Amino acid sequence: MNPPAADPLSAGLLERLPLLARDALTSGLPEPWRWVSNSLLAILAIIVVFSSLFALLTLAERKVLARVQNRPGPNRAGLPLTRFRLGGLGQPLADGIKMLTKEDIVPRGADPVLHFLAPVVLLALSLLTFAVLPYGRLLVPVELEAGVLYFFAAGAATELALFMAGWASRNKYSLLAAMRALAQLISYELPLLLAVVPVVLLAGSLSTSGIVAAQAGWDLGFLPRWFVLTPWGFASFLIFLTAALAESNRSPFDLPEAESELIAGHLTEYSGFKYALFFMAEYLGMTALAGLGVTLFLGGWREPLPFLEFVPSYAWFGLKLLALLFVFIWIRATFPRLRIDQLTRLAWKFLVPLALLNLGTAALWALTAGWGPALQPLRWLGATALVAGPFVLLGRGLTAGLRPRTYRFA
Amino acid sequence: MNPAAPPSRAGASVRAVQDPFHGDLLEVSMGPHHPSTHGVFRMIATLDGERIVRLKPVFGYLHRNHEKLGESTSYLASMPYTDRLDYLNSMTNNWAYALAVEKLAGQAVPERAEHVRILLAELTRLLNHTCLAGFLLQDTGCSGTPLMYAFREREAILDLFEALSGSRMMCNFQRFGGCRVDPSPAWMEAVSALVGRYDRFLDEYEELITGNEILLARTQGVGVLPAALAINAGITGPMLRASGVNHDLRRVDGYGLYPRFPFRIPLGDHGDTYDRYMVRMLEMRESLGILRAVLRDLPGGPIIDPKAKLRGFRPKPGEAYGRIEGPKGEIGFYLVSDGGPNPYRYRVRPPSLINLTVLEDLCLGHTVADAVIILGSIDIVLGEVDR
Amino acid sequence: MLGTGLLHGLKVTARNLVGSFHDPARMVTTQYPEERTRLPENYRNFPFLLGDDPADPLGTLRCVACQICEKECPPQCIYIVMERDEKGKAQKRPKVFDIDLSVCMSCQICVEVCPFDAIKMDQEFEIATADRFTGLLRHKEDLARSNAYYHQLHPTEAAAVDAALAEQKARQAAAKAAKAPAPAAAPLATPAVPPTPLPPAAPAP
Repeated sequence: MNPPAADPLSAGLLERLPLLARDALTSGLPEPWRWVSNSLLAILAIIVVFSSLFALLTLAERKVLARVQNRPGPNRAGLPLTRFRLGGLGQPLADGIKMLTKEDIVPRGADPVLHFLAPVVLLALSLLTFAVLPYGRLLVPVELEAGVLYFFAAGAATELALFMAGWASRNKYSLLAAMRALAQLISYELPLLLAVVPVVLLAGSLSTSGIVAAQAGWDLGFLPRWFVLTPWGFASFLIFLTAALAESNRSPFDLPEAESELIAGHLTEYSGFKYALFFMAEYLGMTALAGLGVTLFLGGWREPLPFLEFVPSYAWFGLKLLALLFVFIWIRATFPRLRIDQLTRLAWKFLVPLALLNLGTAALWALTAGWGPALQPLRWLGATALVAGPFVLLGRGLTAGLRPRTYRFA
Repeated sequence: MNPAAPPSRAGASVRAVQDPFHGDLLEVSMGPHHPSTHGVFRMIATLDGERIVRLKPVFGYLHRNHEKLGESTSYLASMPYTDRLDYLNSMTNNWAYALAVEKLAGQAVPERAEHVRILLAELTRLLNHTCLAGFLLQDTGCSGTPLMYAFREREAILDLFEALSGSRMMCNFQRFGGCRVDPSPAWMEAVSALVGRYDRFLDEYEELITGNEILLARTQGVGVLPAALAINAGITGPMLRASGVNHDLRRVDGYGLYPRFPFRIPLGDHGDTYDRYMVRMLEMRESLGILRAVLRDLPGGPIIDPKAKLRGFRPKPGEAYGRIEGPKGEIGFYLVSDGGPNPYRYRVRPPSLINLTVLEDLCLGHTVADAVIILGSIDIVLGEVDR
Repeated sequence: MLGTGLLHGLKVTARNLVGSFHDPARMVTTQYPEERTRLPENYRNFPFLLGDDPADPLGTLRCVACQICEKECPPQCIYIVMERDEKGKAQKRPKVFDIDLSVCMSCQICVEVCPFDAIKMDQEFEIATADRFTGLLRHKEDLARSNAYYHQLHPTEAAAVDAALAEQKARQAAAKAAKAPAPAAAPLATPAVPPTPLPPAAPAP
C-alpha cells in the first residue's frame, strides 16, 4: 500500500488499526520483501473481506427479498452439525458446499476452453476493480493517478466474459443472452462514464482518493460537501445508479439472465462451482460499482456529520456501501424487467443526453464557484432547473403514449 | 448462428434466409421445460434477432384422455375429474359440468345452492385473476414480489375452499341438483371478512405495479388482439372483453341467479396485454360487489334438491350443453345420453385451449420477452388445454 | 412524470418490508414441521373403513362388500372380494378390501355412495413412503378404524351419521314390531349421508 495523502500519525488508533496489524506482521522482513508482503496482505485482505461480504450479501439479498415478499426467507441452515439455526446464517456455507459437490457439466458441443475460462476471467476482472477504491482514510490498496479510468477499464471487460460464457455454451438461450449482454455493455458503458465525468471535472482529479479529498468540508457547519448533495451531482448519481444496475446485470436490467425468458441466459449450461464463480463475480462486480458510487458521490469514507469523526473512516465506507447495496436489492424486489429495445432506448435517448446536459450543468457549477453568498440561491435554482427540466422533457418523450388507462363499463 | 459447426438436430435446425444481408433465423424451442410456459407447453419460435417471425405452439404433453374417461365412467364419477381440467378453478368447472347434467336430466336446483354456487364462482374468479396477475408480473421479471402477494391472498381463498369442501384445489363440490356441503354461518363470516379486506389488497397491488412505467412499456401495445380476430377465433372471457367485445355469459345467458345481482363488465379499448391485465383487475372489483350482494341475500333452505339421485343416476336419452362464464372464458360441457349410467358422448369446451389458438397472431413481430408475457396474459392452464 | 410509478412501487415494497416484521396479516408463513395449522373439520384425503367396536374395529367392519364404492370410484383404486364360507355362501363382509392410495384422488365419492356409512375420509396426510409399489397399498387391516376415531376427526358429521343410523335402526325395529310385509327397502332409498351435514369446524384464518 502506498502511503495515502493524509498524515497517518494524525489519525486515531482505531483508524490506524489495520495498518498497525499489517506492520506487526511484516516488520521483521527486510525492506524489499516487506513491500511485496504488504501488497500481498492487502490483496488477501480484499479477497477475504469481499468474499465474506459476498457470502453474507447472498443471504442478505434473499432475506430482504423474502421480507419484502412477506416470507421469512432461508432460516434453516445454521451451525453445521448442531441444532443452532442462527436465523439461517449458515445458508451461504450450505450453498457453497452444495455448489462444490455438484457435478460440473460441460455440454458436448461446447467450447471447453472458453466454457472454463469465462467464469475465471469474470471473477478475475471483478476482483481487479477493488484495487483502486479508497476504503478508509489510510486504506487505499493502489494509489493510481488515473484510478477512475483503471476502474472502468477493468470493469468494462466483465461483459466480455459474459459473452464468452454465452458463446461457448453452445446453447441458443445462452447465445441470445450473450447478444443481449453485448448490447447492454455498449449502451450502458457510455452513460456510466458520462455520469462520472462531471465528478472528475469538479474534483479536478482522476484519482479516487483525490475525488474523496475534493468532497471534504462542511456547508453551514453540518452539511457535508458530498457531490450527491448538489443538483448536478444528484442527477449524475441517479444516472450512475441506473447504469451501474445495468452494468452489473441487476434487475430491472437483468436481461442476460432473464429467467422467465432465457431460462438462465448465459448461465444455462453452467453448474456446480463454475456457476458459483459466476454468482460470486456478479456480486463482486455489483459491490465494486457500489463502492465506486460511494467514493464518487457519497463522500467515500467521510463521516456524514462533523461530530461523528471519531468513528473510523472504513466503517463509514462500509456502512455507505451496505446502504447502497440495500438500495440495489430493494430495486430488484420491486421492478419488472425491461425489454432489450427499451433498455437500449433508455440508454441512448434518455441517459446519454441527460448525462451530456448534466456535464454542462456541472461546468456551469464549476464556473460559478466564486459567486458570493448572495448569489448562491440563484446558482442552486439555475442548476436545479437545468437538471430537472431536461429530465421532465426527456422523460415525457421516453414514455410518450404510455399511461395508466381508464376503462369503460358495460 | 451457432458457434461450432452444427450437427443437425431434429426440431432445432437453423435455417438460412434468402436475403444475404439479413442473416440467419434462429429456431428456439421454448418448452416443454421452460420457466414461463405455465406447464408443459412448447413454443417453437423462429427468431430474427429477437423478433419472432414464426411461432408454432405444441401442446398435448399433459393429455389424460379426459373426455374418453368421461364416457366410460358414471356421470358422478366425472365430477372429480373436472376439478383437474383447469386446476385453479375447480369450483367453476364443477358448476359447468353440473349445469350440463342438470339440463340433461331436468334437475332443479334449490335457491340456496344457486347462491352458494355464485359465491364460489366469484371467489374462484378472484382466485384465478389474482393468480394471473401474479404470474403475469412474474413473467415480466419481477423477482417474485407481486406473485408472492397474489399467492398470499390466494391462500386465504384456498383455506376457505378447504374448510368448505375438504380440499384446497380439487374441491369436487357441486352435485347434480345442488352442492355437496351446506356452508355454516362461521364459514360465511370468514367469506365476508375476506371480501371486506380484498379491496385493500387490490389497492396495494395496483399501487405496487399498475402505474409502473416499466410495466406500461412492457405491456401497452404488446400483443394486440383486434376485436374481429377475437370473435372469429372464438375467444371468450376477459381476453375477449379486453378487445372491447361486450360478451359475458353471466349477462348473455343469465344462468343461475346472476340476473338478480347487478354488476358491470369492464371493457378494454386496445386489446393489448395491458388491457387484458387491467380488465381482470377491474373484474375482481366487480366480483367483490357480487359477493357482497350474495352474502347479503343468502336464503335458507336445502343445499341440494332432496329428490336428486346420487346412485343409479340415469338421465333420459337426449343431449345438453351447459356453459358458464368461467374465469378464463366460456367453459362448457356437451353431453349426450343414451339412457345409460355413462354419457354416450362427453365433450369439454376448454377456454384455455381456444384462447390459445391466437398465440401466433399475437406474438408475430414481437420479441421473445413479449411472447412470454403474451402467453401469460392469455391465461392458460395446461390441464385444460390438453385435457 | 417519469418515475412516479416506480416510486409508488418502492413505497409499497418498503411498507411490506417493514410490515413483515410486525404485521401478522402480512407474514402468513407457517413453519411446517414445527408449527402446524389446524386442519378444518371437513378436510379429507384418503378413505378408511369404520368398525363399530372400538376394541376390534377390524372384526366389526360395517362394510358388507356390496362393491358399490368399487364401481363408483373414478380412478378405480378400490378392490373388494367378498368373504364366502365353505359352501360358497356370501358372508356380507369383505375378505379383501384394498385401497391403493397412490391411485386414490381423494374425491370422497366412495363415502357419498356408501349406503352403510362404512367408509369415511381420513385426515392423515404424512404417508410418504420409499416403496412405490406396495408402500401405499392399504389392506383392510390397515384401513380399519373405530367410530371413536371418526368422531375425533369429523365430530359434526359423525354425530349426524350416528343420529341417522340410530333413527334408521329405530324405524327398522318399529317396522319389525308392526310386522309389516315389506320394511327393508326404506333405508336404501334415503341418502345415507344426510343432506344437511357439516358446518366446518375451523373457519379459515
